[in-house]
Amino acid sequence: MPDTLAISRVNDFVVRFANTNGSGSASANELFARAVLRMGVPVAARNIFPSNIQGLPTWYEVRVCEAGYLGARGGTDLVVAMNPQTFAKDQAGLEPGGYLIYDSTRPVQKSQFREDITVLGAPLGAICNKEYNDPRERQLFKNIMYIGVLAAVLEMDTGEIDTLIGRQFAGKERLIEANVRAFHLGRDWAIENLPCPIGLCVRRADAVGGRIFIDGNSATALGAVFGGATVCAWYPITPSTSIADAFSAYCARFRIDPETGKKRYAIIQTEDELASSGMVIGAAWNGARAFAPTSGPGISLMQEFLGLAYFAEIPAVIMDVQRGGPSTGMPTRTQQSDILLAAYASHGDTKHVLLFPEGPAEAFEFSALSFDLADRLQTPVLLMLDLDIGMNHRLCAPLRWDDDRVYDRGKVMTAADLDAGKDFGRYLDVDGDGIPYRTYPGTHPRKGSYFTRGTTRDRYARYTEEGGPYVDNMERLLKKFETAKDLVPGPVITLASIPSRYGVIYFGSTSPAMDEAADLLEADGHALDRMRVRAFPFNRDVDAFLRAHEAVFVVEQNRDAQLRTLIITECGVNPAKLTPVLHFDGTPITARFIAAAIAARLGEAAKQSERAVA
Amino acid sequence: MSYLAKPKFHHPALPENTLGYTRRDYEGAISTLCAGCGHDSITAAIVEACFELSIAPHRVAKISGIGCSSKTPTYFLGNSHGFNSVHGRMPSVLTGASLANRDLIYLGVSGDGDSASIGLGQFAHALRRGVNMVYIVENNGVYGLTKGQFSATADDGSKSKQGVVNIDKPIDLTALALQLGASYVARSFSGDKAQLVSLIKGAIEHEGAALVDVISPCVAFNNHVGSTKSYDYVREHNIAVNRLDVIVGRTPITVDYEPGKLELVQQHDGSWLRLRKLNAEYSVHDRRAAIDFLLEHEAKSEIVTGLLYVASDKDELHADLNTTDTPLNALSQKELCPGMARLEEINASLG
Repeated sequence: MPDTLAISRVNDFVVRFANTNGSGSASANELFARAVLRMGVPVAARNIFPSNIQGLPTWYEVRVCEAGYLGARGGTDLVVAMNPQTFAKDQAGLEPGGYLIYDSTRPVQKSQFREDITVLGAPLGAICNKEYNDPRERQLFKNIMYIGVLAAVLEMDTGEIDTLIGRQFAGKERLIEANVRAFHLGRDWAIENLPCPIGLCVRRADAVGGRIFIDGNSATALGAVFGGATVCAWYPITPSTSIADAFSAYCARFRIDPETGKKRYAIIQTEDELASSGMVIGAAWNGARAFAPTSGPGISLMQEFLGLAYFAEIPAVIMDVQRGGPSTGMPTRTQQSDILLAAYASHGDTKHVLLFPEGPAEAFEFSALSFDLADRLQTPVLLMLDLDIGMNHRLCAPLRWDDDRVYDRGKVMTAADLDAGKDFGRYLDVDGDGIPYRTYPGTHPRKGSYFTRGTTRDRYARYTEEGGPYVDNMERLLKKFETAKDLVPGPVITLASIPSRYGVIYFGSTSPAMDEAADLLEADGHALDRMRVRAFPFNRDVDAFLRAHEAVFVVEQNRDAQLRTLIITECGVNPAKLTPVLHFDGTPITARFIAAAIAARLGEAAKQSERAVA
Repeated sequence: MSYLAKPKFHHPALPENTLGYTRRDYEGAISTLCAGCGHDSITAAIVEACFELSIAPHRVAKISGIGCSSKTPTYFLGNSHGFNSVHGRMPSVLTGASLANRDLIYLGVSGDGDSASIGLGQFAHALRRGVNMVYIVENNGVYGLTKGQFSATADDGSKSKQGVVNIDKPIDLTALALQLGASYVARSFSGDKAQLVSLIKGAIEHEGAALVDVISPCVAFNNHVGSTKSYDYVREHNIAVNRLDVIVGRTPITVDYEPGKLELVQQHDGSWLRLRKLNAEYSVHDRRAAIDFLLEHEAKSEIVTGLLYVASDKDELHADLNTTDTPLNALSQKELCPGMARLEEINASLG
């Protein structure tokens, strides 16, 4: 291959590791990502994994990007192809001029390599077999060794990797030494035998700043700890399981009574999501802050309970880490396809509060906020994450907590209030905001008790089958939903550098790709104002943005344009005004995809108007 | 059923319990069930049990599912919070409530459709977790509100009011509860108030998962000849293994009974169960023998009632979880929120 074609870029490329799951590659791959970060260069790391435990292909993608774009870019510049099963596919996924690193222990015929790439063979298996006897060690150290090869060809700072290995195996001196040795074996071999450096290079920069590297599920769990949740009821389901795991770990650290050693929390692994939602509702009815992490199939099972919580007005926090649906769908791939399911969950007329964090920092903030909102509004709040946010480490702002913040426990009548003679009607709208007062069970010997039910009742919680009180109650619930509009986080609006007739709406994990796409489009002469929706019901600013633009693109990661449907229904917008941009193959949406789709539509529109003029 | 509001006045000499409450303080709204419904007798037994144990009404949370049985919490303990939840899902709501506040008494009220059909899963898991509760099944073998379909506890061969014969095997909730590890298992009959009241009292005093399966005839749809859950049938086939008294707070007096026929069992809260054995062979401490005994008598079409099993070891969810003595819903923000300093530490570790 002529050298002129080889990709030549500093701090701006995509490395993809192709492995077999269960081979212990994940920690080596993460080591690479962290080493780049420590060199001051932002990375976006994504794990692409199968629904199995051992033996199927898995990939880890690291986008090295000094400019700070954290969305998936699409395409690969360098692949570390360690999995023979996917060797051909991995090679095919390389950009022209890309680089292939593979284990050359077993010879591969020259004809099997693409001609427009640089092939870098390293006999990793042979080196391992020579150096180690234990088969497990051979496998594990091979992983560290290819990181050594990468460090050599990308001219990385070895000190950072040595430090990271030391940190990872702190207290286990033997392991530190062995891993450092394996790393240098790989690196030294590469320096001697490969044409180092290649066209790609990681160079020390100062673009990471004080940011932290955390996955959205951990951040969500931490938000629940800070938000005062004491009850977690969950059923194992990818990609939400690590929320419960992280909650458990953080609680073990922060929620043990120092005097007695007893727990200030309860975690129940339930028999299903019917039970997890039921427990959350029971606990919240009884005055504890409770949550259930789950994914789409769990939300399907929770439908009946969500309707009860809506109608009986019980706070409940549910985290939906969305994955590819419908049915079992793509359980280890990402989508934003539960929007309508969540917004209108359950039979009858229902609407629920949804929050859409863009990444871990907001996942933390919104997770804690969801408990305040649920208590204030006495209704379910669904935190809509997705696999891309939940299960991948993302570079984000450090987590913040205001120590002066006081939990908003909402309208709760106490024994003192009742003794003071306050009129208690469980479904009585005293303040005109649609939100009634509640009492916790056990509050007062003779006052304030009421019967909670999913059947109709009057303002004093007395059973009735009369149409009047039913309508009165349903309309009050609508009023409460109106109140919610001013309590939920408003949209984030970013205006183009010049006034634009066009707008784009997006939410959740699409955020980093959209930011980058906007830059690409603007560089191409397309200016768009953008609005990141952060909650449902839609804040009044959402209506204003829709009114202010002639045409609006709605970018989402599902087939049916679910957010668009919600906007049309709830904001009364002419559907023709909203153009869907949809990505739903299970991979995270990319800036290239968004920019190409929008540019094509804008191009068509321009042509049409030219024709109209002609 | 009656549509009249219940009058609030009562006889001035109505007896009071040690807390100064009368029986009327434990009553609820007037029942809307059919006249003669077994469930109303259970309601009366709950009122009596709570009165006799001098329980502060507001310290009870009564939680139910859906169905005739699940309507009854409206008819007792009017000063308690109640929660008529979702069909078959009382156990999860109750479990959550119990997690939030370990200090209340949880009374779960369910029926055979609610617990043995749609809610069998939650029935099983709440018992195996050892949730500290009284789980009462008002068991009539039919769906009342939908007009008389068989439920999963209907006996094989039992005839419906329309003459249809049930061909499915029945689920015996007590046998199931024994297998699942419930620590207090009893069966009673709504027509035997004395037995029922004491079994409910024992269940309330018990710390752990207590199941009381109460055969409670449905006068509208399952009280005919050919039904195995009619008043007449249950009376004729009832085999009570013991009679129970519950004594709280003092050493029980034992002189009234013949020696050898009486057994005293102390529960973990200090209360005593005084068992008068009607079947000298039967032991309330042997789970396996209890299951055998149930199966043996079921084969003879007999309905075994009484206290069937009480565990000698304490097994209760909060103890298993090692949660704080302070109820979780009473912890302060200071106790719950680690604060910014700790978050800074976390941030520093994630750089």
